[in-house]
Amino acid sequence: MTKIAFTINGKQVSTQAEGRTLLVDLIRDELKLTGTHVGCDTSQCGCCTIQLNGSMIKACAMLAAQADGADIVTIEGLANGDKLHPVQQAFTECHGLQCGFCTPGMIMASVGILKDNPNPSDDDIVKGLEGNLCRCTGYVNIVKSVKRAAELMKA
Amino acid sequence: MYAFEYLRANTLAEAGAMLANNPEAKLLAGGQTFIPTLKARLAQPSHLIDLAGIKELAGISVAAGAVTIGALTRHVEVANSAEVKKAIPALAALALEIGDQQVRNRGTIGGSVANNDPAADYPAAVLGLNATVITTKREIAADDFFQGMFTTALGEGEIITAIRFALPKRAAYSKFHHPASGYAMAASFVADTATGVRVAITGAGAAGVFRWKEAEAALGKSFSAAAIEGLKIDDSGCIADLHAGADYRAHLAAVMTKRAIQKITG
Repeated sequence: MTKIAFTINGKQVSTQAEGRTLLVDLIRDELKLTGTHVGCDTSQCGCCTIQLNGSMIKACAMLAAQADGADIVTIEGLANGDKLHPVQQAFTECHGLQCGFCTPGMIMASVGILKDNPNPSDDDIVKGLEGNLCRCTGYVNIVKSVKRAAELMKA
Repeated sequence: MYAFEYLRANTLAEAGAMLANNPEAKLLAGGQTFIPTLKARLAQPSHLIDLAGIKELAGISVAAGAVTIGALTRHVEVANSAEVKKAIPALAALALEIGDQQVRNRGTIGGSVANNDPAADYPAAVLGLNATVITTKREIAADDFFQGMFTTALGEGEIITAIRFALPKRAAYSKFHHPASGYAMAASFVADTATGVRVAITGAGAAGVFRWKEAEAALGKSFSAAAIEGLKIDDSGCIADLHAGADYRAHLAAVMTKRAIQKITG
């Protein structure tokens, strides 16, 4: 077992895990933060996207032990109380989801896009979401949502 | 994933000792290929030695006509580096074509080059730019480093510390992305260097990245897309799988080479 300490959504966590424990499994199974989803077994779907030290990463392509000392934000950490994060608000307004399974990952990846580029073009958004798969929407309303989020974040 | 013991190395000496003491251990850099490999139970190391704590392995420096990139430098850092964009724009552009946002935020150049996936991007830049792979034991020329699919010149206990790229006169990379995985179906890195024109093809060869020497000779005489018109890559050594046959991949690699040349010549 390896000792691991990190901050997640502003809270300090000290725990331990087997070497092979994936970060996403620790977040879901031990910390019970089940907003971060697992949609595949090959690190391709992006449903487990979280923010680690300011960068968006796939929590299924990382060991829990590698997160020692990190500052993590998951989908549960985005809203401010009852007030949704602008990207969450935009996905709601623009119908950027249908079944909702991919949505936490889409929203986290979109936050990552907007952090680097406050005025993304459609192409920038499509490229930025390459690592996230949606099987319902056809992506059109997701792209709209990210553009709307950019407006909300400027307002 | 099979069970293994996780170890953290804080110095290269520590990592070397851990490797020496555990012959079935593997090194962990960004893990963007290796962790999915472990999840699929395609590898069963006894120990994973995490290199992330070794500070001297990260960072980019430009000096004396060369860009040196530390082994643990992440793809996003190369893609966004003002120094790399100025010195070798094709290298920064290549880094931006690797994987996706999340993968670029974790994956490292040293990990990519050490793994030598036949469809990875960095091996094309390393071979195309005639770069030097710097390890804990020696310096290895790109032509000697890549030795077949997932095979390199790295010996037991040898760790890549950096890659040094001499500045080319001009260079470009053109890649046909696999529409689902994002890996190269075929891609070509074309560089006009101090020692001549080099063309490195990735994604197509069953033995991994290779130089297309007929194209290099033709481009040495006349640097234009027209100069390689009619030249064909021998498809007997090309990958054939459910995504594309060997003949298609050979053809695609030639098309990508033309596009890379056109990026340079305009």
